[in-house]
Amino acid sequence: MTQDKTEILKVEALKAYYQMNYFGVRREVRAVDDITVTMRRNEVYGIAGESSSGKTSFIKVLAAAIRPPLRVIEGTVKYEFKNGPIDVAHASPAQIEAVRWKHLSYIMQGSMSVLNPVRRIGKTFQDFAQRPLGLKGEAFEERVVNHLARLKLPPDVLKAYPHELSGGMRQRVTIGLATVCHPEFIIADEPTTALDVVVQKEVLSLIRDIQKEMGASVVFVTHDMSVHANVADRVGIIYAGRLVEEGPTRDMFFAPKHPYTAHLVASLPRIGDTQQRPALDGRPPNLADPPQGCRFHPRCPLAVDKCRKEVPPMEVVGPDHRTACWRWKDVEPLVNVSAPAGVMA
Amino acid sequence: MFSVFRDLVRYNIEFTIGLVLVGIMVVFAGLSFFAPMDPSLIYMAPPDQPPSTQYWFGTNSRGQEMFWQLSAAFKNSLQFGITVAILSRIISITVGLAAGYIGGWVDRVLMFVNDIFVAVPIFPILVLFYFVLRNNMDSFTMALILACFGWPFDARLIRSVALGLKHREFTRHAVFAGMSTRKVLVEEHLPYVMPIVFATFMNNMLWSIGMEVTLAVLGFTNINNPTIGTVLYWANSHSAMVVGVWWWLVIPVILIVMTFLGLFLLAMSMNEYIDPRSRLRRMGA
Amino acid sequence: MTTLLDVRNVSKRFTMGGIFGRKTIDAVMDASFSLSAENPEIFTIIGESGSGKTTLARMILGLEDPSSGDILFRGEKVDRHAGRAQRLKFMSHVQPVFQNPFEAFNPLKQIERYLESTARRFLDTSDKSVIDKAMDDALHKVGLSLKEVRGRFPHEMSGGQLQRCAIARALIPNPPLLIADEPVSMVDASLRMSIVNLLKSLRDDLKVSVIYITHDLATAYYISNRIIIMQRGRIVEMGDARTVLENPEHPYSRLLKASVLSTDDAGAGKLGTDPTMLDQANNSVGQSGQLIQRPDGRHVRVYA
Repeated sequence: MTQDKTEILKVEALKAYYQMNYFGVRREVRAVDDITVTMRRNEVYGIAGESSSGKTSFIKVLAAAIRPPLRVIEGTVKYEFKNGPIDVAHASPAQIEAVRWKHLSYIMQGSMSVLNPVRRIGKTFQDFAQRPLGLKGEAFEERVVNHLARLKLPPDVLKAYPHELSGGMRQRVTIGLATVCHPEFIIADEPTTALDVVVQKEVLSLIRDIQKEMGASVVFVTHDMSVHANVADRVGIIYAGRLVEEGPTRDMFFAPKHPYTAHLVASLPRIGDTQQRPALDGRPPNLADPPQGCRFHPRCPLAVDKCRKEVPPMEVVGPDHRTACWRWKDVEPLVNVSAPAGVMA
Repeated sequence: MFSVFRDLVRYNIEFTIGLVLVGIMVVFAGLSFFAPMDPSLIYMAPPDQPPSTQYWFGTNSRGQEMFWQLSAAFKNSLQFGITVAILSRIISITVGLAAGYIGGWVDRVLMFVNDIFVAVPIFPILVLFYFVLRNNMDSFTMALILACFGWPFDARLIRSVALGLKHREFTRHAVFAGMSTRKVLVEEHLPYVMPIVFATFMNNMLWSIGMEVTLAVLGFTNINNPTIGTVLYWANSHSAMVVGVWWWLVIPVILIVMTFLGLFLLAMSMNEYIDPRSRLRRMGA
Repeated sequence: MTTLLDVRNVSKRFTMGGIFGRKTIDAVMDASFSLSAENPEIFTIIGESGSGKTTLARMILGLEDPSSGDILFRGEKVDRHAGRAQRLKFMSHVQPVFQNPFEAFNPLKQIERYLESTARRFLDTSDKSVIDKAMDDALHKVGLSLKEVRGRFPHEMSGGQLQRCAIARALIPNPPLLIADEPVSMVDASLRMSIVNLLKSLRDDLKVSVIYITHDLATAYYISNRIIIMQRGRIVEMGDARTVLENPEHPYSRLLKASVLSTDDAGAGKLGTDPTMLDQANNSVGQSGQLIQRPDGRHVRVYA
């Protein structure tokens, strides 16, 4: 897929910790520990990672939803929006307010419950979108109805209450809410996790279509690798607060260069499997007390002494493909997946 | 246990202040056990003496030394308040948890009874009891009666928490783990209810002492038994402010304010500490 | 052949609302199947939300009463209102594993309390050493040990470990039947397979039958013996798992299989669903039709 190579987001050496001091109990959870990543215009960037990997905290920083006890310790998060650049890690509330919803919007986890149950959908749209759009009354309604039609929602959805709609329809409404102002950057945190398989496919195809139409960038966060396989242009894997691998979707699935990625891809069950799929030992590290060196080493089948002592840096291993592993050259896909022609193995 | 105490004292200024105030009052009340004379006797000292080095809180028009009077009064009142609070907590926890968890007709019956007690006006009933029992109405009987009226509001509060807990998945697991209803309520649900119990404990103490003061000032209790209320009653009946014996009224009022403030601060700071959400955060969830 | 569980023409209807505007929902309509006691199996119920699978599970566990039809466990009717002794006896034979491992244990208390209570109650003993041994044995069956779990609170363990503790707890009374309602949907992908493998070993090594409720077709294919697919309260297809999943016949089953996201075309972004398939599947909602048996052993619902 041809991609617009211009950057819309540049995250540099970001460190965001939760610092809590409660009745003398001091805890510092290193949720985001030195992440550097860039995202481009008109692309879907998938972020994969499991629970307690720090990805939700990372998303919070990207969405400028930084509230104590979460604090940005170091680093910058610079967006290049049409109305100018902004570093959301250090911007003032007024500046953030100016870009929110109009240039930067989000579909949060559990978004179906983001709709106020005692307010009609139309009112919720007014609450969110009226000010950023700067339209009122009939002009506003027309714009919203046209947008909803794109999502295959009828205009009388505006008069309904959230509980009167099915789960799939509610999710489409939330996507509509996030996209009605035609933002340049959309953050989607597990938008389809609670949905059925059939509805999930529909909603994902909708997100993809809208993204292509608007030329927006979407950061799609989910732990479900099969979703990334079908939606993302590039995928970044976050483990224990760090980015461990990043690359084009095809390469990530057929030629991963980090043991964790290889494992995530291999552990996906498929219909037709009769053989036992490999399982990973141990559990994700406690972010308040992470391991020394490479954070994956306690669970890594390829770990050597160096991994326990030194943190591997991000190295470029292919076009647009980088990984943080001392032994990336030794990483093989765990299950014999036949790679289609044209992929660097 | 001690480390909890130490943490609270070190990091929570409200707890420290509350502890200090309540500590002073408890010590003061405890001194009544060492009183040189029976506080219900009168004309044991020269009347209407202002506070001095000999009589720290002065003496009142009935010839009683205020220091020992108030010491006994606070002991009796605090004892009274604690008794009412404990008894009514027991009733409200039992009713609230049972009604919320068991539901069905048990819930309906208990809430029906609850609402009756809420609707019944307490004051006329207390006066009625006084007229029936007269001099047989001692502190403990009144405590019992007040405890019977002090539980309904809090029972409903606790019931609402219990209703929420009933639908959480760990309750279902507890049932399939073979726990009896009693065990589920006492061991699983009670910790969630404790913050309410604590806050309402203090509330209840204050309310009951206030009730007792009201009754006493109007003369509807055994006025020879020294309590905060009866001290005020006598001060009133001897027109203390008019006559100029200001220490008879002002000093008890200052002490009352100190007690109530201390109890309140203690309750609020302890409450924050035992709240399940803050406990979870401290454990690192 | 002795039957372990017999579900006979079970239906469940929920009524909501007051005197005016009563709304009825038929959560389960005329479901029938049975499990044999001799051959432990993993019996999978596949369905989406609103299919009635959770209601069916709740009825089997005795948490709801069927509106019509019977559920018999070892010949005895499963009754929600039975006395405590009878309910305890039932619970020693049928145990649940629920979806959310993080909510399975009281966050304020230690995990072992539920295991201890289960051992104490169902093994009918208060001897500490017997209880400890029972807990340790059960934990070993799931790949953990009492030493690891003792004194721990739920937030100190991962979703996968908590789910394993929940399964261990369910195994303590040595039940012949386990009801697992979406046991892996809230567990991380990399820990998921270990739990699924555990369920498989429960059947193969410990001879425990499992009713596995899920919407994940791939894990269903991997471990199930038989499978039923439910759509809006009705069983639309039933039979041997591999046969049904390799060649689904009912339009809804085919739609489900087609909607599963695969990684074969990673990066290609193929997300379209065949609209005729969607229509056909939607048309079958609300029609009762009839379950008929095919020569290969499966049952399919066909409409006149």
